[in-house]
Amino acid sequence: MHEWALAEAVISTASQIAEKEGIKEITEVRIKVGELQQIELDILEFALSQLKTSKLEKAHFNIETSKAKLKCRACGRQWIFSRETLGEDATEAVHFVPEIAHTYIKCPKCGSPDFEILQGRGIWLESIKGVK
Amino acid sequence: MSDPRITIIGERLKEISKIVAVSSGKGGVGKSLIASTLALTLARKGYKVGLFDLDFTSPSTHIILGVEGLQPKEEKGIIPPQVHDLKYMSIVYYSGEQTLPLRGADISNALIELFAITRWNRLDFLVIDMPPGISDATLDIIRLVKKINFLIVTTPSKLAFETVRKLARLLAELKIPIIGVVENMKIKDSPFIKQQVECNDLNFWGEIPFDNKLEESLGKVDRLLETVFARELKEIVSENLKL
Repeated sequence: MHEWALAEAVISTASQIAEKEGIKEITEVRIKVGELQQIELDILEFALSQLKTSKLEKAHFNIETSKAKLKCRACGRQWIFSRETLGEDATEAVHFVPEIAHTYIKCPKCGSPDFEILQGRGIWLESIKGVK
Repeated sequence: MSDPRITIIGERLKEISKIVAVSSGKGGVGKSLIASTLALTLARKGYKVGLFDLDFTSPSTHIILGVEGLQPKEEKGIIPPQVHDLKYMSIVYYSGEQTLPLRGADISNALIELFAITRWNRLDFLVIDMPPGISDATLDIIRLVKKINFLIVTTPSKLAFETVRKLARLLAELKIPIIGVVENMKIKDSPFIKQQVECNDLNFWGEIPFDNKLEESLGKVDRLLETVFARELKEIVSENLKL
């Protein structure tokens, strides 16, 4: 699954930050997941638990989801993305590459595909905590 | 806050021996045809080759290769499908034939996503069909792909070469290797481009004549590889990459 590739990226980044900050043991990793990409949280959590390195043995993964907020560049309208507005194929395409949303989603007010993703696109590593 | 995808890109590309970004200063010079034919030529010589179409707003290599109805396999990421002995990846697997109106920041995000999730595994060559010119996407690819080499395509026109000169200057400033310049669609015998390339301390790979049979071979790979265009390119590639 694609969630595994993203989990691997989170583990690699957390380890790199720990290395830079002199953290010997990571105790918490805070992750933000945007709703536009529709990441399966169960799979992500399972992948994270399986990919843990020794430095992350005791780490708790704190995953927070974030609504996908979109803003039309043509008329300024802001709206929240809803999964129900996409068909099955479109949902899958947006899952792999969220920017594909520009093909399927239009501004609900003026119909423009030229919108900005203000928040809630994909996966972000917010912070890590640990013992130095 | 960190974007976790960035750190994994080096890992995804680490088993690739050589990355060749086929680029141009402007559109319409035959960059996608050269990228596709270069990849096919290397694959027919027995190398393990990937072709990555990163011209997101105007992808065309799928038309050149005649790719239809394929989808990448999911296996802890994306495994590019095998197309005519190539591992082939393009955004058209997801956008289909629909228009994808992306601004610079969106293109950057889509690039990062695809580099982070695509598992190429071991390759001798990864050929990239670059977006034309100097754009956010070009600068991002340079930033993300550490061991990139550029092959620049031009036509005999002064207008095309002027944009090549600017691209080459930027790449030199960024210390990005340019392995060569190919002159495509040559009609009249003129040393102009070769002289200009050499004046700019670049390596002139060779010239390819304008081939009016090329259009008919689009989507038919065996026919494409029989064209004068492909045969000339094969010779140029063999000589310059010492294959």
